Amino acid sequence: MILPALFFYLFAGVCVASAVLVIVSRNPVHSVLYLILAFVNASGLFILMGAEFLGMMLIVVYVGAVAVLFLFVIMMLDVDFVELREGFLEYLPIGLLIGAIFLVELLLVVGGWVINPGTVKQITAAIPNNVSNTEALGLVLYTKYIHYFQIAGMVLLVAMIGAIVLTLRHKAKVKRQDINVQNARTPELAMAVRQVASGQGLQDADAAEWVK
Amino acid sequence: MSFSSAGYELLPVLPELVLAVGAMALLMLGAYRGGEGTTRLVTTLAVVLLVVTGALELMLPAGKLTTFGGSFIVDDFARFLKVLAIIGSAVTLVLSTEFLSDPSRRIFEYSILVLLSTLGMMVLISAADLIMLYLGLELMSLALYVVAASNRDNAKSTEAGLKYFVLGALSSGMLLYGASLIYGFTGTVDFAGIAASVKTGSVGIVFGLVFLLAGLCFKVSAVPFHMWTPDVYEGAPTPVTAFFASAPKVAALAVFTRVTLTAFPGIVPQWQQILVFVAIASMALGSFAAIGQKNIKRLMAYSSIGHMGFALVGLASGTVEGAQGVLIYIAIYVAMTLGAFSVILSMKRDGQPMEQISDFAGLSRTNPLLAFFFAMLLFSLAGIPPLAGFFAKWYVFVAAIKAGLFTLAVIGVLTSVVGAFYYLTIIKLMYFDEPAGEIEPMRIELRAVLAVAGIFTIFFFVYPGPLVSVATAAAKSLF
Repeated sequence: MILPALFFYLFAGVCVASAVLVIVSRNPVHSVLYLILAFVNASGLFILMGAEFLGMMLIVVYVGAVAVLFLFVIMMLDVDFVELREGFLEYLPIGLLIGAIFLVELLLVVGGWVINPGTVKQITAAIPNNVSNTEALGLVLYTKYIHYFQIAGMVLLVAMIGAIVLTLRHKAKVKRQDINVQNARTPELAMAVRQVASGQGLQDADAAEWVK
Repeated sequence: MSFSSAGYELLPVLPELVLAVGAMALLMLGAYRGGEGTTRLVTTLAVVLLVVTGALELMLPAGKLTTFGGSFIVDDFARFLKVLAIIGSAVTLVLSTEFLSDPSRRIFEYSILVLLSTLGMMVLISAADLIMLYLGLELMSLALYVVAASNRDNAKSTEAGLKYFVLGALSSGMLLYGASLIYGFTGTVDFAGIAASVKTGSVGIVFGLVFLLAGLCFKVSAVPFHMWTPDVYEGAPTPVTAFFASAPKVAALAVFTRVTLTAFPGIVPQWQQILVFVAIASMALGSFAAIGQKNIKRLMAYSSIGHMGFALVGLASGTVEGAQGVLIYIAIYVAMTLGAFSVILSMKRDGQPMEQISDFAGLSRTNPLLAFFFAMLLFSLAGIPPLAGFFAKWYVFVAAIKAGLFTLAVIGVLTSVVGAFYYLTIIKLMYFDEPAGEIEPMRIELRAVLAVAGIFTIFFFVYPGPLVSVATAAAKSLF
């Protein structure tokens, strides 16, 4: 009993500490690294609760994709973070206010749950005891929830089409590599031997042909 | 956990399947065919596909069909609104032919995105649980964000797309937060299950409901979640604006109606006061803010905000008459809007589209027939009898009065009087001011759309029976 509690406080403590460090550290790259640390600890918290699928997803999606994306953006864009953070103290009160609102909302939800014990009984799909989270998801994702899965696929298709429509530009003058043409080149096509008279260089007509 | 295929028949989703597979096939066709005429071909086939989908929807067995474990419902309500949304999308594609034929932006993907957005609307209209609702809404909106920015070399168009996307994502977040609260308090995402467990309005449920309705209000552009509408309507290419004003509004209003009436019939007073506020605010803002507008697309944006307010008046009554009023309202609204946009699209001088209201000056002298039809549509939008728009307002106000919402009905009538002012201003410009010059001859497809919409609007009072009876049956299927 003591071990899970110990790990909970370890993960939770490191998570909160690294979350604070994300917003106070001066170097943005350090901020992202602390963010990754926070994600890893949150994932540890999920695993402690028995939600190992969420824990894995957090690592895969947030650490693997989102945080790396952040890192790329920070390193590639020249954002002046010192300037961005100038109003930090100025905006602190409103930030605290929003935090307080979220806390109240959270308490409301948890409070409602505790006050109304009947809520748990209304869950229509029984929670199976003998299967793990991931297994349970795998059992329903392609069977019972196949339609959600397919529609989510259509949403992703739209996202893909949208990205292409909005960014792809067919440039007529761009030079592309064509492997077949390159392989079909022969020495006769690619080379020409010229007799260059001393002090004159190549004539313009010859040079034009050479470039072609 | 065992899984049986019972309750997973594919027949009720046949139209959606055809539309999805057809859209993907057209995408392949467009991507691999390339070259001249591809956009035109894909657009034509897309219209054909929409017609086929609509026909299939009507040929499904009568009565209430459910599938996917009850999360997908095809009832009279869904059939009515799906066909309406399909008509809206198909007509928009027809209106877009000129926009798409411009060689500088030959994007066949436009039609594909409209098709996929329509697919999202159909899912949304048939959704019977919160997950389906969210997925349908995202599928519909994501495609809309892209088509809003489809004129990507134009700063205003990209601004419209970005603005719509950012605010849309925010509203989706609110909707999801509300959905998660509702799920937390009821233990189910299924509308019928929610209705069974929500007998009294506990704080948590009402809290979740407010967020859910806020997300939906954004999609129908009801006040106070309307801010994006004028900018997006103005910035997006005009055919896209016509699309925004028609089909997505149908789908969003459909899900609004279905969620409130089938998932929360136990707490009508709670959501009624929200809807009364939203309806009054939308009608008032739609009427007063439109007065100062110079741009016809911005004016149409405020007009659509106002009209959504009127439609929500019907919903606020929470009765069968109310739902019927909403259905009649949205059908007539779609016809009037598409007709009005076919006029706006045809306003061109020297190849340049004219979007200022002052450009309509003297239209009756240069183009009397066009001016006449536009005047009729504007009179109808203002709700002047005996045009269709009057009957639309009549049904929702009668429903509100029967439900005892007298204040709402009185404010509605007063704001519609204010609203009539700016519609009449345009008519005055067209008939009593000096013409600024000739406009280009109207394209054939615009003429066809305007003729159908205009004749429907003018002669609706002669034979309103079919629409009213279909709407009544559709409304009854919700209760």
